[in-house]
Amino acid sequence: MSVHFLFPKPSSSEEKKDSDGDIDMLLKSQRENFEKHVVIPGEGITHDTKYMGGHGTYFDHETHFSSVAGVVERVNNLISVRSLHARYTGNIGDLVIGRITEVSNKRWKVDINSRQDAVLLLSAINLPGGVQRRKTEADELQMRKFFIEGDLLAAEVQGTFQDGSSSLHTRNLKYGKLRNGSFLAVPPALIQRSKTHFHTLSCGVDVTLGLNGYVWVGKHSSKPLEEVDPESIYSNENEPIDQATRETIARVCNCINALSRNFMNITDTVINYAYEASLKYPVKEVLKSEAMEFIVNQVKSS
Amino acid sequence: MSRQELIGPQGLRQDGRRANELRKIKCKPSVLSQADGSSYIEQGNTKCLAAVYGPREARQKGQVIHNKASINVELSLAPFSMSERKKRTKYDKRLLEIASAVKQTFEPVIMTSLFARSQIDIYLQILQFDGGIIQICINAATLALIDAGIPMLEYVCACSAGIIENTILLDLNNTEESFDTPELTVALLPKSEKVTLLQLDSRLQVNEFENVMRTAAKGCKEIYEVLEDATRDHIKDLLNRSNPIN
Repeated sequence: MSVHFLFPKPSSSEEKKDSDGDIDMLLKSQRENFEKHVVIPGEGITHDTKYMGGHGTYFDHETHFSSVAGVVERVNNLISVRSLHARYTGNIGDLVIGRITEVSNKRWKVDINSRQDAVLLLSAINLPGGVQRRKTEADELQMRKFFIEGDLLAAEVQGTFQDGSSSLHTRNLKYGKLRNGSFLAVPPALIQRSKTHFHTLSCGVDVTLGLNGYVWVGKHSSKPLEEVDPESIYSNENEPIDQATRETIARVCNCINALSRNFMNITDTVINYAYEASLKYPVKEVLKSEAMEFIVNQVKSS
Repeated sequence: MSRQELIGPQGLRQDGRRANELRKIKCKPSVLSQADGSSYIEQGNTKCLAAVYGPREARQKGQVIHNKASINVELSLAPFSMSERKKRTKYDKRLLEIASAVKQTFEPVIMTSLFARSQIDIYLQILQFDGGIIQICINAATLALIDAGIPMLEYVCACSAGIIENTILLDLNNTEESFDTPELTVALLPKSEKVTLLQLDSRLQVNEFENVMRTAAKGCKEIYEVLEDATRDHIKDLLNRSNPIN
């Protein structure tokens, strides 16, 4: 039997494609114009039962209602409402920054700004002494040698559970304990998914943007990842950091804070612009209202 | 002060309102940066600040409910909120009662089943007290919960009404409340017109009840419009800021 490849037919009308080039199953005339609408809890979105209700909606009396205040988004037949202030919900593959809250049997509990603490299993971390090393009972007994309550780490979401909590892993040299820097939290909605969340800014500091709204600003490590001493990955000691680097880290932190207070999306380019604009002011004055206003206007115009 | 003076000869109340008039409402969502959601609301001279945290990991293990989120409400009255300075603990019986009324009001409205094993904390602080404490707590908590992006069936709006000298008065203030006035507080889902809280202080004649209830419900709907506008404006503002091009 021969196999025929049927090439996609050109769509008969432009309306069948949306901006991403995805072929739309509904014609524009059939579709109700509710996208990008601001809705509030209890507000009806559509009476049309061909739509499926996603997050932030509920179905009652043949109508889809919004359950949160936010913007309506539609992917084909699925409508959902995105809230701008909600907590983070884990998705597989997301980079997150978290803080250890509890050490328990073969696992750590990690606060990732989500509805529940995530779990990091002992088997989901890189043990010192080679990736291939088997975990032993001795490792279970000395879990606090790796992570202790209060430690910060970068990790990836490995999976999510039925109740909405997630499990993490740090099985990559990029992930693991965070040192040599400063932590800050911003609303999770401000950090968009991108190809990489590890950035080295032009001012010479590293920024890690966790999708859960936690951000780490730290000293740039010049060594390539492979050459880092495997014994040092769980070290609690900071490397020596000179005064100028400390000030740059503080300035970048303040810039990100200024951006988040004005609810502006945070990306490496935006941080670079904000940093350039902030050089007019001393570090401790960056968060004063006139300095913030100046920085925000500079960023918007560039 | 005698009871007669509460309503003047022209039918005006002490603060210059008519019988079916609400006090002036000012509200603002998202006033605190650290909380997940927050709000500040003024109804006349009663002022309240609400902060919502969560849904987050339940810190008291005893509170975990395996199939839904638990709601925790704490109410405190600032020492400077009343005419006489008085220190109150958050374990004051009266405050605990109001806090549990607020909790019961929101339990059927918040979609707690989406957040199994988590906890939602609502902290309410009365900064200035001039009557209508339950209604302002509910209104402030609604605004803060919506700001926190917590899924709810609808807004919850609360308003009180009472009877003085056979006149039905809307939205009583502290002087009007304080003569053992029959006062009915209603918390309403304004769109579906469901009632989630109905509380009567003192006694009311049965034949008056329906009219008082109707007046209070009308007040709830007026409050809803104010809260709705505040939320919409806030979201539009956030959208403009995060994406100035659109």
